[in-house]
Amino acid sequence: MIPELGHFALILALCLALVQAAFPLIGSLNRTPSWVALARPLAWGQFAFLALSFAALVQAFLGDDFSVLYVAQHGNTQLPLIYKISAVWGAHEGSLLLWALILAGWMVAVATFSRNLPREMVARVLSVMGMISIGFLSFMLFTSNPFDRVFPAPLEGGELNPLLQDPGLAIHPPMLYMGYVGMSVAFSFAIAALLGGKMDAAWARWSRPWTLVAWVFLTIGITLGSWWAYYELGWGGWWFWDPVENASFMPWLAGTALVHSLAVTEKRGAFKRWTVLLALLAFSLSLLGTFLVRSGVLTSVHAFATDPERGLFILMFLCLVIGGSLSLYAWRAPSISRGGGFDLVSRESLLLGNNLLLVLITALVLLGTLAPLLYDAMGWGKISVGFPWFNAMFVLFSPLMILLMGAGPLTRWKHHSPPELLRTLRVAFVVSVAAGIAAALPLLTGSISAGIAVALSVWLLSTLLAGLRQRLQRRSGIKGLLADWKAQGGRAYHGMWLAHLGIATFIIGVTFVTQFDIEKDVRMAPGDEIELNQYLFRFEGAAPHQGPNYRAQRGTVRVFKDEREVALLHPEKRVYQVQTKPMTEAGIDAGFMRDIYVSLGEPLGGGAWSVRLYYKPFVRWIWLGGIFIALGGLLAASDPRYRMRLREKVGARAAGKRFGAESTA
Amino acid sequence: MKARQKRFLFILVALAAVAVASVLVVKALRSNITYFYSPSQVVAGEAPADQPFRIGGMVVRDSLQRDPNSVRVRFLVTDNAEQFEVVYDGILPDLFSEGQGAVARGRLENGVFVAEEVLAKHDESYMPPEVADAMKPGEYQAP
Repeated sequence: MIPELGHFALILALCLALVQAAFPLIGSLNRTPSWVALARPLAWGQFAFLALSFAALVQAFLGDDFSVLYVAQHGNTQLPLIYKISAVWGAHEGSLLLWALILAGWMVAVATFSRNLPREMVARVLSVMGMISIGFLSFMLFTSNPFDRVFPAPLEGGELNPLLQDPGLAIHPPMLYMGYVGMSVAFSFAIAALLGGKMDAAWARWSRPWTLVAWVFLTIGITLGSWWAYYELGWGGWWFWDPVENASFMPWLAGTALVHSLAVTEKRGAFKRWTVLLALLAFSLSLLGTFLVRSGVLTSVHAFATDPERGLFILMFLCLVIGGSLSLYAWRAPSISRGGGFDLVSRESLLLGNNLLLVLITALVLLGTLAPLLYDAMGWGKISVGFPWFNAMFVLFSPLMILLMGAGPLTRWKHHSPPELLRTLRVAFVVSVAAGIAAALPLLTGSISAGIAVALSVWLLSTLLAGLRQRLQRRSGIKGLLADWKAQGGRAYHGMWLAHLGIATFIIGVTFVTQFDIEKDVRMAPGDEIELNQYLFRFEGAAPHQGPNYRAQRGTVRVFKDEREVALLHPEKRVYQVQTKPMTEAGIDAGFMRDIYVSLGEPLGGGAWSVRLYYKPFVRWIWLGGIFIALGGLLAASDPRYRMRLREKVGARAAGKRFGAESTA
Repeated sequence: MKARQKRFLFILVALAAVAVASVLVVKALRSNITYFYSPSQVVAGEAPADQPFRIGGMVVRDSLQRDPNSVRVRFLVTDNAEQFEVVYDGILPDLFSEGQGAVARGRLENGVFVAEEVLAKHDESYMPPEVADAMKPGEYQAP
């Protein structure tokens, strides 16, 4: 009964989405206030029905209702509670439901936190989001209904994929979806502005916090995914350039460009058309990501089983969204006014340069991801584009980007005289080159790439410090910091600071782990010792171990450095009861400067195992960078100026009330 | 310089950068793609002798041999028409098993395929599309 209620709620949500896509938009165009006023309650209604539907599916998992096909495939009575819940979005149908629910959540957020916006604008934004919702809800109802029944019901379910039975992966998809779907807000704002024909600094100011928050979620999602891959896949990789990873990385790159170009549009009124185009691009890439993941057209470690019907549906939806939005853009863009001019040496120019580089890198990732499809379609053979190409592309373009990134915040808007700028940057330049050369000396690392990475990282750090010094001088020193925190634009500045610091951290992590990691696949019998970069690994054999829903062989490895034990690791080889797939759980000793990573391969007889030993320097810095970037984004999104008008209005209303109270007294 | 000239200069520089970049990109892409060959194609000598490529198919049952003193393994892959020997120094992925699909990346050395990487998929019911296409209609049954 409850699954039917969930299904029914889904249908009702679709009906509401249909109304929401049409009426508020039409009402805003022909000035019918009652139709415009429908937008907010409809968003709430959709959210309520989708929440009900989602709750029904959660209930089916908790109650082990195996008469529901999706639960029978992915649920199991033996699953621990947290994985019964995360199993809801562990596969195709349920993750779509989560997607739709999150979309409705963003709608409700827009409806709630946009009271300072013109009503017509909100109505249009919500209508566009309603259209997106129609696409996803009908996709779900027509091709992948999570509430389909199965008869006769099996006694036990097929269990959640063991790889996904992990706390990191329980929250990774929701975070990623928050980001993907959050980009739809920026998209809807752009479409609404194109429809309304009014595009000004206020529009950029409204879109900015939404875009930032979505981008922060995307950052967290990608960082979590990378961390998960590192410790769960058992071979210590943190990024694979897999199509599905690229699918999440492309919207992130476009979103990064968008966040920066929105800043220019808000502050200087420039780049309007470019900003709109980026907003359309970021969400289109999110949809493309969904298409790539769900259709199985690309070989990927993440690929779900292929279903051509689903792929076709998403492809059509994708064409409709991209084609429709680009046509609208082509039609309306010429009417968008030009912004203020700027000189070749100005913050606008540097930001534009970085925007172009980001879009270029996005295009390259897209090319590398789709090249196998292209080659296959043209009959040029079946290919795959490997690691080295993507890495080469990054190594080629990112140093340029980082040079601009360091200089940008120190450059003035509109015009900065080049000699003056060079004077400002002189110290940072000398310091970073010196640091780079020092790091590349044989005494320290003896590696040129490490030297370059250190130079770039120090360049970012020293330009950031120079900027902070300038800012604090203008704001009466260290005491000014607290005031700055509360002032308009202060948090945005410090958020930028933190996020850029995250990039500096990330560069160090990536370069050092790529250059200096040591890995060894070896055969080890109990008592065997192997030395790896001053660390001595002693294998003490493996013994059976019983988990809640798996059996495991649990190895014991002691790690010594200078005769002293530094870590006791227990890598496991698990076999889950239902799916009987072997699973590797790595034993990791995490550290700020290095990780020691051990995973079990296969038993080789006589108590011996094939064992993977890794020494991974600075690998944590990669995710630390991600955390800094996300925190920086959050800080920037919390800037008081985005709430300014809201507070003014509330103040005015409060004043009016007081006045009213006095007059009646 | 007038504003118009400046803009022109800017566009010119941007175009030149894009041109240089695309040449580099395409060159790099060409040298970094790895083609896929089925065992039949490799046996027929269609695969490059001096370049890395990928080979894939079903792992022949009972063909997996382990070296007793190292982590080296040997196995045969087949497309139901021909089979080819693959040697790999390393730990096979969790989902690797005989009678299932696998893809290996590496190169030919003295008539055997020396793999640098062996891939098997997360989802056991999922078949890499290359492998599915390469399989000749034959006695293959879904696992």
